[in-house]
Amino acid sequence: MAALYEGYTLCGLAPAQNQSNSGVLGVEAERDSDHVVVTDSTRSVTLYKVSDQKPLSSWTVKQGQTLTCSAVYNPQTKEYVAVSDGKVIRIWKQEHLLLDQAFKATVSADVWRVHCVAGGEPVVLFKRGAVRLLDALLSAPQQPIEEVLAQEESIRWSTNIVTESQQFAIFTTEQKGDHFLYLQRLNPNTLQRYRLEREEPGLSPLSFSASYRDKHIRLLYLYPNGHVYQSVVSERGLVTDEGGQAFPLPRSLLLSLPVGEGLLEAASAQALDEAHIAVVGVPHPSAGSGKDFLCIWNTNFQTLQAGKEIAGKIYGQLWSFWNKLFIPHGKTLSVIPYECPKSSLASALGKMRQVKTEESKAPTSVPSWNNILHEEKALPSRTVETRKTRITRKSQSSSSLTNYQVLELIKTAPVEEVQREVDLLLSRTDIQDLQPSLGQLASTLVSRTLQDPAFYTPSSLAQLVHTRCLCHSVCPDLVLLALERKDYFLCQLCLQFFPDIPEAITCACLKAFISMSDVDAENGSLEPDGVSFMETLIARERGPDGLLNGFSPTSAAEYRSDGLGGGGTRAQQDEEMTSPPPEQICPVGLHKAVLLNEVLQTAYSDSFLLPHLKDLSSQQVVLFLQYLQFLYLKYSQDAFPQTHGLRSPSLSQILDWVCVLLDAHFTVLVMTPEAKGLLVNLHSFVKSQVRLVSELGKIEGSLQELNKMTAKKDVGQYSIEIIELF
Amino acid sequence: MGEFKVHRVRFFDYMPAAIRAMAFNRRTERLALARADGALEIFNFADNYFQEKVIPGQDGRAVEALCWVGRRLFSAGLNGEITEYDLENLRPRYTVEAYGGPIWTISAVAYSLSGCVPCQVGCEDGTVKMFEVLEDRIQFQRNLDRQKGRIISLCWHPSASLIAAGMMDMIRIFDVETGKGVGASKSKEVVVWSIAFLSDHTIISGDSAGKVQIWDGLTGTLARTHLVTKWDVLALSDESSLVAGTSEGTVVQFQFLSSTLDGQNKDWVRTRTFKNHSHDVRALVHTETAVVSGGMDTQLVVRPLLDKVEKNTQESAMRKMAFPHRSLVCCAKKAGLLLFQFPDHLELWRLGESDGHGNPGDSLPVKRKPEKLIQLKRKGEDHICCSALSPCGGWLAYSTVTSFRLYRLQNNTISITKVSKLPKDLRSAHQLCFSTDSSRLFASSINSSVVVVALNQPECKYLHTLKPKSGEQQPTTASVSLSVRLQLHCTVPVYGSCPTAIAIHPTSSNLVVVHADQQIFEYSLVQKEYTEWSRRLQKQGLHSLWLERDTPITHVTFNPKHPAHIILHDMFMFCVIDQSLPLPEAKTRLFNQMILRSLPEPMRILHRHAFKMCKTFQNLMCVRLLEDHSLVVVERPLLDIMSQLPAPVRQKRFAT
Repeated sequence: MAALYEGYTLCGLAPAQNQSNSGVLGVEAERDSDHVVVTDSTRSVTLYKVSDQKPLSSWTVKQGQTLTCSAVYNPQTKEYVAVSDGKVIRIWKQEHLLLDQAFKATVSADVWRVHCVAGGEPVVLFKRGAVRLLDALLSAPQQPIEEVLAQEESIRWSTNIVTESQQFAIFTTEQKGDHFLYLQRLNPNTLQRYRLEREEPGLSPLSFSASYRDKHIRLLYLYPNGHVYQSVVSERGLVTDEGGQAFPLPRSLLLSLPVGEGLLEAASAQALDEAHIAVVGVPHPSAGSGKDFLCIWNTNFQTLQAGKEIAGKIYGQLWSFWNKLFIPHGKTLSVIPYECPKSSLASALGKMRQVKTEESKAPTSVPSWNNILHEEKALPSRTVETRKTRITRKSQSSSSLTNYQVLELIKTAPVEEVQREVDLLLSRTDIQDLQPSLGQLASTLVSRTLQDPAFYTPSSLAQLVHTRCLCHSVCPDLVLLALERKDYFLCQLCLQFFPDIPEAITCACLKAFISMSDVDAENGSLEPDGVSFMETLIARERGPDGLLNGFSPTSAAEYRSDGLGGGGTRAQQDEEMTSPPPEQICPVGLHKAVLLNEVLQTAYSDSFLLPHLKDLSSQQVVLFLQYLQFLYLKYSQDAFPQTHGLRSPSLSQILDWVCVLLDAHFTVLVMTPEAKGLLVNLHSFVKSQVRLVSELGKIEGSLQELNKMTAKKDVGQYSIEIIELF
Repeated sequence: MGEFKVHRVRFFDYMPAAIRAMAFNRRTERLALARADGALEIFNFADNYFQEKVIPGQDGRAVEALCWVGRRLFSAGLNGEITEYDLENLRPRYTVEAYGGPIWTISAVAYSLSGCVPCQVGCEDGTVKMFEVLEDRIQFQRNLDRQKGRIISLCWHPSASLIAAGMMDMIRIFDVETGKGVGASKSKEVVVWSIAFLSDHTIISGDSAGKVQIWDGLTGTLARTHLVTKWDVLALSDESSLVAGTSEGTVVQFQFLSSTLDGQNKDWVRTRTFKNHSHDVRALVHTETAVVSGGMDTQLVVRPLLDKVEKNTQESAMRKMAFPHRSLVCCAKKAGLLLFQFPDHLELWRLGESDGHGNPGDSLPVKRKPEKLIQLKRKGEDHICCSALSPCGGWLAYSTVTSFRLYRLQNNTISITKVSKLPKDLRSAHQLCFSTDSSRLFASSINSSVVVVALNQPECKYLHTLKPKSGEQQPTTASVSLSVRLQLHCTVPVYGSCPTAIAIHPTSSNLVVVHADQQIFEYSLVQKEYTEWSRRLQKQGLHSLWLERDTPITHVTFNPKHPAHIILHDMFMFCVIDQSLPLPEAKTRLFNQMILRSLPEPMRILHRHAFKMCKTFQNLMCVRLLEDHSLVVVERPLLDIMSQLPAPVRQKRFAT
């Protein structure tokens, strides 16, 4: 699940008087993940250290001049580039204190924007559609700039993408309600023009976002009616025939966001990775029609992954760099860290038990009554937390390390320290927020353990499994690791809590459990629930011995003599009369039985299980069958099992396993002499059960008649009723 | 459309009498049916099995056998008399004493070469008596050889020269000319309940040992025995296939088929078994296409043979007729009174009250329970044939075949006084009807005339007799509706099917007629033509599901609040026809109330149509609309009738 973390304020804003404009011209990445350059719409450019919420330097143009495009950082030259008054390109370094002293060049046409991304050269996009590399432009600043766009066509949005082989400038334009996408390749320069399909008349895209993946450029755009479309353009592109003709751009509807009442006004969608998009300025589907939410949607599953209410006016601006979202809202620019771990189906949809836990930690962003009733008072929300409170909280929990630090720690630190830190991390109250990172934590632990034979933290792993936030697909090696380290307790926990253990692993566990020595098994402790269940079951071995659910040992013997007609059964019968029959004694030890029960309760599908079951040896099969028979007998003795509320396999699970085992090994079993008695016994069970069921069928038939009789409503001799005809 | 407060009445203990005998007239396709109380019913099989005529019973008349001679109907009973019926005036025409003790059977030759038709009865004293059917009476001809036991069953050989008689332990064949017995077959200690004599001299008998036996009539030898039941085989009916009814309630069919492909060696083979009755099957008729059976459980069942009719059509559906096709309940709309008609008494009930309001589907608390005000026993031995209660609740009238009585009820209290001076013309009536203001009484009398009487306190005065023109025949079974005019106003165009219910609209004077084939006509008495709506209905045609219903509409009434509403009902539903709504198309769903309920209000308008049918109430005897806009629904659940029947010989239990 993607998650949005607690946000914090980067800086205050000075929005324009009419409030339509946030006052932020742009936010651009700087040298690393912790630095950004913020350009405000008037005169200043500020460099921030994000984690400290602190400006490092700031530059301002003279009074009377304005910045017309957001400043960008060129990591190659460690210079900043900005444009003032449309035509003046300014380039400076961090050590320049005054902007006026920095390099200036005046070009012959109005600049729309300067783009620069890591790995590429700065690109200048002119208002009339021409594109130049910055270096080439500066070599002859007054060079003539051609007009690419038609009359009345103007740029709406632009970006710059660098792929392995090429650099692109991408921009969209509008001309009389039609929207076009321009794809400008640099070196060699080619231009492609695409026409966007029209949405409902009068609707033009609110925001664009472009990303590059798998040799394709993906353009994501949001319409005011909540539709999010994706168009994919190959990096190599079509063979362009010059003529300025616009190709139609195919699109696919990724998401149809709920828009509440009316259309969206200030909203923005940003692709986060291949499956997630962040949307700001749309209503939360479960929280009314207020449009001040930031949501992360999974486009593959069409599910809302995380949502957060944003206080104050939203301007429809959204940037994302290095797992942080930058949103200007109200009078602040907030930073909201997020995480989009790769989704597995199990964690996206939930499966079995996982469902409950997932539900219990429901959306974190359901608005409080306070917010709904007193909207004005709702403003001081958690997002606009001041720096001060953040610092104090930091100092309070100074002893516990952050997620990342723990992850780093695991890779190197000794066992005790790792154990301590993980415990600390898990003991924190906001464990639910950690959920996405727990998988990472577990898999790091497992990989360290696999690499380092001396390293093993059973209690931490057990604790992690206990959170129920893990599943097998998140850390696939965990179960096998536990088996290898003979940590049967962990095995049991995994079998219990993982909803998606593949059949191969289940079989491996089964094989290990059956073949392990009883000494091994009795070492260590297991879940008390299962143990106490088995204890009560075994304690009943000497229990009353009567007619069992239509089956009694003597009648079984009768069947047997019917079926086989052997003369030796008489002696055997006498023996059964004196001592408890062998199938009434548990064939495996207590702990072994508990573990086997755990295997019985895992989910599986027959066709995947069968091939793996064939790996068991015939001795193992016989032993397991004996155990299943024992369980079955115990269950059918009286109304025993489910009344306890303990964790225990159900009768149908036991029978299913008997069937699967017999399916897998029938020919082998028939040939094995020691299995003969067992099979004959099983046969007689089945016979008795079939008889029982047929008797039950008869009873059901007669009871159904009763049911029919009672179903009729007794009207009585007289009543006054109301009917309605339509 | 709206809500209705419904008085759901189940205290009408209507109990039909067991079916004793049946006779089918192939030429007119009429089935005559006799019940244990002596009542006779005529069903018109050509007209949707409509019950055309009912002749009320009489104490002491126990009909044991029926037979048609041409269009004339004769019955014989254990009182030793042969009766011919007047099917015009619905009463016995005359009765002839046979002087042979109780008569068990009557049989007429199917066709006759001479002008006079012989007719035979089998008597308790062992004689077979032959009667000659004359123009206006029957005359005793002679006795055949007297036998020792009683004659239980008789059957003519198709040549009309031989007759087979089933007796105690014996079957005897008589030569009609000589009156001598020509052969006999004997078996041990059985009663031959029924017998069939086929043209190839095969005799088939059903007896009390549960056997259907096939005899060679020439040699008197037993050809084959089928053990059909452990109990009696009570009824037998023949053709090329033959059906036998048993006291278990099953009907078994035998067919004359060859067991091999080449068609040689034909034999009587048992082919089908029907189980449509819970009690003894006392009477059976094998028509061209169906097996008609009736018995102790009072229902008439028509079971089409699927090899004779087209499958999955309306014709192939089985019909059970449990209720009479006329109303036995009369309702005083203004006073809230109900009059229940039984053969030997009348019951007057006042409906209960409730002051609550509720949502649709609720039962309201009953503030005042319904109470029985009067139980009025009839005088004489003739059963009541019709009764009526005036809308104001102040007058009550009933009629038997021979007498007519009118009572005055005082202020709806328990006091009742007989009106002693009645006009001479008012001797008996088939139908009675009061005008809406309770000032006139209309009685349909003998020879299709309608007598109009003015009701004034304290006496009543004869006003007029409406006589039909010669040759004109008025439907006697349809309820005569109110018409205040005393001159023949107009004649409604004749329609091929019998009307089952008619009514005149109180304000628009439109006559609504519903026929046995489920057609509905609306005729404007003012313009003397079918109304626009009726034409539209005929043009578009009624919905197929409406036409497939198998019980006739027995009453039509109107809603004074909504002049466009026609309320009508049959045994399984009642229906409000809203003439202002569009008629249902062939593809629309006729029973759409459940769908409409589930739809939101604005969507309903799209799915609405004129026929608003309610199936909440079943086995309806009566549906009426009271003045206070509440409905009265009289139900008689078939289970209640079943529970009052005597125990059957054998009951099917589970797993036996």
